[in-house]
Amino acid sequence: MTRIAIVDYGSGNVRSVRKALERAALSGTGNVSTIVTDDPDELRSVDGIVLPGVGHYADCATALRNRSGLIEAIHEAVFTHGRPFMGICVGMQLLATFGEEDQITPGLDWISGSVGRLRPTPSHLPVPHMGWNTLITVNDHPVLAGLGDGPHVYFTHSYAMTPLEEQDIAARTDYGGSITAAIARGPLFGTQFHPEKSQAIGQRILANFLNWRPG
Amino acid sequence: MLKVRVIPCLDVKDGRTVKGVQFVDLKDAGDPVSLARAYDSQGADELCFLDITASVEGRGAMLEVIERTADECFMPLTVGGGVRTPDDMVTMLRAGADKVAINTAAVIEPEIVSACARKVGRQAVVVAVDVRRSPESGDPKWGVYTHGGRRSAGIDAIEFIRNVVSLGAGEILLTSMDRDGTKEGYDLQLLQAARRVSSVPIIASGGAGNAEHMAQAIVVGGADAVLAASIFHFGEVSVSEAKKAIARAGAPVRLPRKETS
Repeated sequence: MTRIAIVDYGSGNVRSVRKALERAALSGTGNVSTIVTDDPDELRSVDGIVLPGVGHYADCATALRNRSGLIEAIHEAVFTHGRPFMGICVGMQLLATFGEEDQITPGLDWISGSVGRLRPTPSHLPVPHMGWNTLITVNDHPVLAGLGDGPHVYFTHSYAMTPLEEQDIAARTDYGGSITAAIARGPLFGTQFHPEKSQAIGQRILANFLNWRPG
Repeated sequence: MLKVRVIPCLDVKDGRTVKGVQFVDLKDAGDPVSLARAYDSQGADELCFLDITASVEGRGAMLEVIERTADECFMPLTVGGGVRTPDDMVTMLRAGADKVAINTAAVIEPEIVSACARKVGRQAVVVAVDVRRSPESGDPKWGVYTHGGRRSAGIDAIEFIRNVVSLGAGEILLTSMDRDGTKEGYDLQLLQAARRVSSVPIIASGGAGNAEHMAQAIVVGGADAVLAASIFHFGEVSVSEAKKAIARAGAPVRLPRKETS
């Protein structure tokens, strides 16, 4: 039995993420159970962690820090035990060194980089970047396997992460310039888009995540 | 490249779809979840639920509709109707919605848009703007209406859009009440005027009679998405027909494709 924790820190649509993971699990082998929790002990004991997040960067960062022992428990699960981790949207952006939404807010700094406002060219392109865009894999990754040609995924965001190291970018998309769509480093994986809302392609990505065993 | 979105809209009252729905192969056309499932498999880019219930009990039914839909349709969902406060928005989002539309509350107190954006993020805040053309001659003008298009707010629609965008709206759902139900096509001048003042995406609504109208809303009106209700529900236009017409007009769409293994 694979146990996956969805971190509930008061931000993000944990219900949609959970249901999408449960559906994705049906397509795979092996049993998967999901829990929604903010309990550090539980997070240390699970086989994988998903960190959702929507809304304001500073609010999400504060909510995460305000839960005692939460960040330390995730850190231990990921970096000591090598458990796979997936951040979604702001849940991915929190991995960066800092975010620039309204003010400079420190992130977890597990992947060096910053989160800045989208500035598409030409400047009349609307922000938020909202809707279905093409995912372009730039570094092959097990979580992005088998998506076929020109897969579409659902984005809705005004800020995006720019990793310091080019090799941390797993996939990008184009919207008046290149945008980081997915990041990966060791057991860490993150998507700017919403796999839980990306229909069949999103289901495949979540199924890949459930089957992923970071080496 | 970002694709133009095609969005079927379901009017829901007491947990049931109200506008007549004639869908082949649908056991219960009054069940919004069955309808959502059908549109999901047709490749709709998003779904929009508008709650036209007046009662508190009906509101609970709407939440349940969102939960049941989100539990099995893994696609973006927008919910509107009766949303007054940032906490109302949170309730809808936690049930499984991705975006929440506010209408009357934003007209009465535009600053509520800022409070909502701060609470749930700008990308989740849709301001639904219902407008009618003013009767004066000369350059067209539009006024904002509330209460399902019955009550004039005495506000210029284009100025209102400019204002709510600056306050934190993440998207504008722009409905021409003049065109709604006429099947004469979207109000293209309205869309163009809104496009000029809005830095956020615009969803065209009201007047779709065929797939060509949808293409016009995109390539002439400058809309980012098109919304329609009855022509989809009655099977007059399918989601894929709409997308093909938009593609023929030169705008990018996401056409359904089987996932490879």
